[in-house]
Amino acid sequence: MLLTHAEIVALALSFKVSLVGVACSLPVAVGCAWLLARTRFFGKPVFEGLLLLPLILPPVVTGYVLLILFGHHGAIGRWLDAAGLSIAFRWTGAALAAAVMAFPLLVVALRNAFESVDRKLEHAAATLGAGPWRIFFGITLPLSARGLVAGLALAFARAFGEFGATITFVSSIPGQTRTLPIALYELISMPGGENGALRLTLVAVVVAVIASLIAALMLLRGGTREAEA
Amino acid sequence: MIELDLALQRSEFSLELALRSPARALALFGPSGCGKTSTLLAIAGLLHPRRGRIAIDGHALFDADANIDLPPARRNLGVVFQDARLFPHLSVRDNLRYGMPRAATAQRFDDVVQLLALSAFLKRKPGQLSGGQIRRVAIGRALLREPHALLLDEPLANLHREARAEVLEYLRGLKRGFTLSTILVSHQPDEVIALADSVALIEDGRLAALQSIDAFQSSIAASGSLLAAKACASG
Repeated sequence: MLLTHAEIVALALSFKVSLVGVACSLPVAVGCAWLLARTRFFGKPVFEGLLLLPLILPPVVTGYVLLILFGHHGAIGRWLDAAGLSIAFRWTGAALAAAVMAFPLLVVALRNAFESVDRKLEHAAATLGAGPWRIFFGITLPLSARGLVAGLALAFARAFGEFGATITFVSSIPGQTRTLPIALYELISMPGGENGALRLTLVAVVVAVIASLIAALMLLRGGTREAEA
Repeated sequence: MIELDLALQRSEFSLELALRSPARALALFGPSGCGKTSTLLAIAGLLHPRRGRIAIDGHALFDADANIDLPPARRNLGVVFQDARLFPHLSVRDNLRYGMPRAATAQRFDDVVQLLALSAFLKRKPGQLSGGQIRRVAIGRALLREPHALLLDEPLANLHREARAEVLEYLRGLKRGFTLSTILVSHQPDEVIALADSVALIEDGRLAALQSIDAFQSSIAASGSLLAAKACASG
């Protein structure tokens, strides 16, 4: 099965957009998941609901909101344009859409991972003189590693398959924003594109299966360890 | 000097404890659920009394009137938890080094490793250790913190007889070799007699009596029961 140049470009772009999107999403997701797992505050259920919105909203709506905010005339976009950092209709915009869509999956996975860490270990670290950052990076995060990897795999798969928000926000520009799902959609829409569509479908399935296997393996191993403990 | 004056509410359980003891090693002795461990956790800063004062050797750790409530990391106490709480992802060596001050010397590390005979399994993870070894590592980790005082929460609980004897021997060595103020929580008379100089008998979250170790030993020998020990102290 040989891919055409355009398909390879779409595939490479999808990897780039997904990796950058998930990487950008990760620090914010870690912070939000920690807040949900370790703190109590007024309005927490509302905060949690807002974080999960991209999972619930139709992706086109998310894409449109991104367009309103980050488009050339958007509230944030005009400032980015002025600073020469425009992201609308560019691959960075596609990465932002991927980041937003993958974000809730990361938050949910990380929150579960943080909640599974025995807080008594964090307390023990505190009695040994460790401050909050050292406890987080030295105890909580390493003990959440399996949940983190599982979350990253699922988030990557979600970002890789992202379509609705991306096409709404950054359209379909070859080499810039035409990711694999968008290229696939266009192949399906045009006469004679069946073979190409089939090839990209197979690639998408392989990537999704690998990501799901990694996530399942990590979660299964984590569960086995807990059962042994 | 150990000064405890604290009031603590935990769901339906209320702890009201006030004592001053000049003993270097004080045991909090009483049946399960009487408030011993809650007291220890309050001293460690992991529970917060609603009023009172906690001070060891003049260092105020908590003083409601003076608005002092040091976080656990700044109390400089070596805490040995009943369940050890070793970090499962770290080797024994890294567990031991976790709380070491930056200025601590390699010699200090070697001394504690030697004292507790830990050198053979420094590279192992806690999951590869026996119950007795886990307790010894927990004790070593607390000592390497170079604390002002040592808090021991049932350090021999849930160990089989041989492991119990093994750890008790190391703790005896510790008592001989260190001049640290120590607070021991236990409901085992032999453990208290071996490790403490003075005993606070606690019942239902209240101080029932404060005894010298000799008086405690006599009362235990005479009756073998806490109630008799209490009667002896108060009578």
